[in-house]
Amino acid sequence: MKFGVVVFPGSNCDRDMQYVLGTVMKQQVEMLWHKEHSLRGCDFIVLPGGFSYGDYLRSGAIARFSPIMQEVMEFADKGGFVLGICNGFQILTEAHLLPGVLMHNDSRQFICKNIYMRAETDESLVTSKLNLGQVVQVPIAHGEGKFFADDATLLSLRENNQVLFRYCDAAGNLSDAANPNGATDHIAGICNKGRNVFGMMPHPERAADPVLGNTDGRLILDSILNMVEM
Amino acid sequence: MNNTAEAGVVTLETARKLGLLPEEFEKIRQILGRTPNFTELSIFSVMWSEHCSYKNSITWLKTLPKEGPHMLAKAGEENAGLVAIGDGLACAFKIESHNHPSAIEPYQGAATGVGGINRDIFTMGARPIAQLNSLRFGSIDSDRTKWLMKGVVKGIGDYGNAFGVPTVGGEVFFDECYNVNILVNAMSVGIVETGKTVSAISEGVGNPVFIVGSATGKDGIHGATFASGDLHDDSHEDLPAVQVGDPFQEKLLLEATLEVIATGGVVGMQDMGAAGIICSTSEMSAKGKHGMVIYLDKVPTRQKNMEGWEILLSESQERMLVVAKKGFEEQVQAVFDKWDLNCTQIGEVTSGDHLHFMMNGEKIADVPANELVLGGGAPIYTREYKEPAYVQQIKKYNPSSVPVPSDLKEVAKFLAAHPNIASKRWIYNQYDSMVGTINMSTNRPADAAVVAVRGSAKGLAMTVDCNARYVNADPFTGCAIAVAEAARNISCTGGVPSAVTNCLNFGNPYNPEVYWQFVNAIKGMGAACTRFETPVTGGNVSFYNQSVINGEEVPVFPTPTIGMIGILEDRKKMMTLHFKEAGQHIFLLGKSTDDIGCSEYLYSYHKVKYSTAPAFDLEEEFAVQKLIRELIAMNLVSSAHDVSDGGLFISLLESAMAGKKGFAISTDEDYRKDAFLFGESQGRIVVSVSDDQLDSFTEMVAESGLEFMNLGETTEGDITIDEENFGSVSDYSMVYENAIASKMNA
Repeated sequence: MKFGVVVFPGSNCDRDMQYVLGTVMKQQVEMLWHKEHSLRGCDFIVLPGGFSYGDYLRSGAIARFSPIMQEVMEFADKGGFVLGICNGFQILTEAHLLPGVLMHNDSRQFICKNIYMRAETDESLVTSKLNLGQVVQVPIAHGEGKFFADDATLLSLRENNQVLFRYCDAAGNLSDAANPNGATDHIAGICNKGRNVFGMMPHPERAADPVLGNTDGRLILDSILNMVEM
Repeated sequence: MNNTAEAGVVTLETARKLGLLPEEFEKIRQILGRTPNFTELSIFSVMWSEHCSYKNSITWLKTLPKEGPHMLAKAGEENAGLVAIGDGLACAFKIESHNHPSAIEPYQGAATGVGGINRDIFTMGARPIAQLNSLRFGSIDSDRTKWLMKGVVKGIGDYGNAFGVPTVGGEVFFDECYNVNILVNAMSVGIVETGKTVSAISEGVGNPVFIVGSATGKDGIHGATFASGDLHDDSHEDLPAVQVGDPFQEKLLLEATLEVIATGGVVGMQDMGAAGIICSTSEMSAKGKHGMVIYLDKVPTRQKNMEGWEILLSESQERMLVVAKKGFEEQVQAVFDKWDLNCTQIGEVTSGDHLHFMMNGEKIADVPANELVLGGGAPIYTREYKEPAYVQQIKKYNPSSVPVPSDLKEVAKFLAAHPNIASKRWIYNQYDSMVGTINMSTNRPADAAVVAVRGSAKGLAMTVDCNARYVNADPFTGCAIAVAEAARNISCTGGVPSAVTNCLNFGNPYNPEVYWQFVNAIKGMGAACTRFETPVTGGNVSFYNQSVINGEEVPVFPTPTIGMIGILEDRKKMMTLHFKEAGQHIFLLGKSTDDIGCSEYLYSYHKVKYSTAPAFDLEEEFAVQKLIRELIAMNLVSSAHDVSDGGLFISLLESAMAGKKGFAISTDEDYRKDAFLFGESQGRIVVSVSDDQLDSFTEMVAESGLEFMNLGETTEGDITIDEENFGSVSDYSMVYENAIASKMNA
């Protein structure tokens, strides 16, 4: 499978993604510079974490205007698979490829720590190796990660089974204490109606290399490899 | 040259105002053979400031051990120390202070400290892979401290997080001596392929000189001079001397710098930190024994109508000076164009040794590079020193006058909640500790941070340590302890201590009592670094850390922060600090003593401010560290955690909390019970041992000839000491985890 990892100025999880997909998971990876106009025939596009354009103005607000984003939007419109992690999720909402917005954490502080999240659907590519309700431990690292959407959007997300993950405790229970950023309805990740565009704040690539002592994130990244069978 | 017009203006009084001594002014006149103009005087003023010239410290710094089997660049040779770590890789690392800017404007002060230290690493061609920091604040209950702390932590976080290098470790200490003058020390660690480093050198007549990165503004002018003076009541009026950081530019500069080095077209480069263009041009030229002509009007500026001397001295951040090989101009330009960064040729390398600075066709300064720099013409002083008056108070300390409290449970809870001991989670959760996906400590708590070295089986352990209270009590022993503790932390992960970088935070060097602390601390550091075979690869000196209160100078505790790296040959053997399961044996390695000197317990619970440094024996310390490394290599322990602040009880508690287990131990009746539990005598390590490990463990420890004792065993979650119930680990955990957050939110 050929992954394309987009590199915006200020991306800083691009090389981590390249390492995990390429070196750990032995997949083909192309690094796509943001000024390019081609996705170079990649099967799956990843928008990595970081601080694209310094996150000045608003997280992801400038990156969506990068030349490569025109290609990514066309690719997604044609049903191509796109995953945005952290800053990538923020960019996807700014580009209106995903609904909702990512706001400042309730604490108004940047938060980096391991969290638990629960698979909320068994009908998506990125959860295809997880059981419904399965709890995984994956790190977060963000200042603006509080998912917010209006009631109508939330209703539509639920009705269309678009919620991928919710923050929870180790036992899988939802609670305010287990919601690290105040996300509406505990939402950690979603997909679009077409189920080909995915966004999540937690970083599965930070829990994918055995050397780090936690490989829960591999379940999510390995799920993507099921695409070949879909 | 417009010398004549300004020469009349420059007087001894001008020199004084720029922080120069009368004899220094005279020396400048001799060097130039004439009276300098204002621009030239400013150049000497910043280059001969303590910050750039180390004039009051270099004599003693030279006594530190610099030789080691793995040294590639010795102290002072490059922007940072460079140590070979095997597999064709080298580690560049350095620690630096940003104390004075942070005390005035905590957010930008701390942020630019992080930016500056990272530039020192990648300017050598190394990619930064980890950051650490060492912070000192005043009383946490004061509103000013909270303001400073929130700003510093946010500044470090916002800069480091966006820059995209994980913050993997650090230390935080509170004491009222830092109420006004906080300490912010930042360390960066990078990796580079051996032989692919770039030097801070300029040579080759006709080679083009580029300025790259951010545009130059009026921020930070005379910042180096500012850092070399006392903080005083009007210091907030020095705000323009504090620089403003932009981590986004720094991230672009990092990637562009590493790409431009790969073109093979770079002769040398140096980042612009203190003293901006003048520092980088003079140090690179002096090193390469060449001259340079620089056209200041070509420098991209952020503001209109900047004077030549302002451009020359500006400390605007995220800039580098690049000397390229002639013919590579287009390739250099293309890399910076790709990253949308400024890249402007501002001059070229010349023969001779003079720096010529031109502005709009006029020469505004003409100075010999070598006369400006450390090792060249910069002055070197040996200062007088004498034992401080407070040492008499320490000599009067009598531990037998300190009663053993009847309720030691209360002491235990007091210490677990003390800000110097409690979890620093409120701080470190604001730092991205995991970007880069090499931080092995996230899911494996250990005494030092350990990161995986890509392209090898190795792990790199790193730590920053200094208990300044010990150094204040006895600078020689206290500083040796700082080195020993750093080495102990690395040894407890299974790593072999490799090399040191230091950040020497002291008061006014012209105060003989302060200088006595400095001299003795250096001697102690030298002794310990020699024993541990950890050469000092460089670092930074920060003097004038003191406040003027009611007309009296009050220095901070002498704080020689030790940054150390160590190598784990096989990172899979990394040892962790948490208890693994109930029913394991707990042992204490190393000698117990009846000592409570300088402990947090004595200082904060009994409020005894003057006491002797804790018991410390360099040879025993070395032996116990060697032993723990051997035990780890042989897989004969299940956890290892050193005894430091808070004593044995806190060490046990930390291992218990991290593993969600408890412990049941017996104390030794030969010692005061409070000293046994809370004393901070050095050279001790707590280990847990499984039944399977027990026989071989006991045999190996007995063979070492070192003192050790069986303390008891791990439990499911309760703490029992001499059969007395001390409560549950989860209760302590609640207190320990929330103590700082509740203070900050109060």
